[in-house]
Amino acid sequence: MRSGSNLEKVLEAGHFAVTCELGPPKGADGEEVRELARLLKGNVDAANVTDNQTAVVRMSSIGAARLMLDEGLEPVMQMVTRDRNRIAIQSDILGAAAMGIKNVLCLTGDHQSLGNNPQAKSVWDIDSLQQLAMLKAMRDEGVDAVGEELKGSPEIFLGAAANPFGDPTSFRVTRLAKKINAGADFIQTQVIYDVARYEEWMEEARDRGLLDKVHVMGGIVPLKSAGAAKYMQKMVAGIYVPDEVVKRMKAAEKGKKEGRKIALELIEQLRTVKGNHGVHIMAIMWEKLIPKLTEEAGLLPRPKV
Amino acid sequence: MITGDRKSLEEIAAMVEGFERVLILGCGTCVTVCMAGGEREAEETALALRLRDRERGVSREIWYANVERQCDEEFLQEAVDHVARADVVVSLACGCGVQHMVTVFPDLIVYPGLNTTFMGVTEELGVWAERCLGCGDCVLERTGGVCPITRCSKSLLNGPCGGSADGACEVDKTIPCGWQLIIDRLEAIGQLHRLDEVLPPKDWSKSHSGGPRSRTREDVRGTDDVEEGAQ
Repeated sequence: MRSGSNLEKVLEAGHFAVTCELGPPKGADGEEVRELARLLKGNVDAANVTDNQTAVVRMSSIGAARLMLDEGLEPVMQMVTRDRNRIAIQSDILGAAAMGIKNVLCLTGDHQSLGNNPQAKSVWDIDSLQQLAMLKAMRDEGVDAVGEELKGSPEIFLGAAANPFGDPTSFRVTRLAKKINAGADFIQTQVIYDVARYEEWMEEARDRGLLDKVHVMGGIVPLKSAGAAKYMQKMVAGIYVPDEVVKRMKAAEKGKKEGRKIALELIEQLRTVKGNHGVHIMAIMWEKLIPKLTEEAGLLPRPKV
Repeated sequence: MITGDRKSLEEIAAMVEGFERVLILGCGTCVTVCMAGGEREAEETALALRLRDRERGVSREIWYANVERQCDEEFLQEAVDHVARADVVVSLACGCGVQHMVTVFPDLIVYPGLNTTFMGVTEELGVWAERCLGCGDCVLERTGGVCPITRCSKSLLNGPCGGSADGACEVDKTIPCGWQLIIDRLEAIGQLHRLDEVLPPKDWSKSHSGGPRSRTREDVRGTDDVEEGAQ
């Protein structure tokens, strides 16, 4: 065990793991996080807490993660390298680990020009791969970025994101390999609507011997409406929404109901993909759906490990 | 070259308001090539300011001059007569030129007429683009001659990020994804394997992060004749 986190135990025991996403509020009201944590607890193995997602200022992921811990919901603390240099990253990880946070997802982060503070100076002192390697060394060797010994190393389960549909096509699996080599213990993928194409990517990864070293969890985004599907298809970089999905959402009488149905089908399909060890359900601003969706998908009760 | 954009006429006019003798000084090198602050732009700026004055019934002296390089004292001294006559100088050089004018002529008031933008190239007539951030530790040999620090919006050394789509950057569809360019280039020259390795964190102390940089060649320092000094 690298961290002893619940997520690590579930995955290592060979269960099909379930994570979801919790978006912290834009404000200092901790009750909102606590309420969401109470709602999600028991329905997932851990919940990702986003770090100023889409570069819009929100409560810090480290603060929200602590509130989740208090409510008994295990956090996967997301950490982007957009806003922190290597000094702040190391320091925040030490603080997070000291507070009991055991899972960290390393991300590059959306560019600040997409958020609500486009005037901000970007940091990107290191990228997400260098961040993974740095945190791995802190955990496994007990040293900081310059090799100085730490008094107590952060026991964290290290995650990274991957996009099976990302550009450039020829480089997708190499990029996954680099993340695994840098130190990723688990991978949460970008949203999947085309399971066949996901399988191709997984197959290539398996052929390169990558899947023995890492737990891959497929990403699910339940759709609320045809408009949302179309927006994701046209406006969000790196997301692949097939036309059939948009058509299905358009033809549906009730968007949310159809979106839920599609999500259920996708979860069912992902369970059969070789090497896929779980699902990561991103239902931002629709967290209420998680208990119902996991119930309907037959993912409950979550294993006690 | 170093590129820039001339500030708006209103901005320049506001800076020089109340001054009686206004010199617009162009620079003959980079900003001439990028058509932002050379002799022609200095003349245009002086004419436009004069016209603006006339419309407002203001009478004062506004003229222009040009030197080869404002970042070099040798050339700046050629403008000494113009400078002596002026109450204020609007320099159309990059920020280096403006600052060097103040150093060479400490009593002079010098205001910037340009917003200095980047170090770049001429992509086609009338189009310039950024290519180098002067990070002090070039990695172009690893990335097929395409700079990840400059051409990736996030300066990632192990890109691309998830925002790369159809060859474009998430910041703006008109910006090519730097990492797509790197991968295409390495593929074309049969060196894609160079990207198998995770590049370690960069030593930013060699960039401006380490403080303002300077460079000294002791062998030529203080000598007038570079060739002799180099021997």
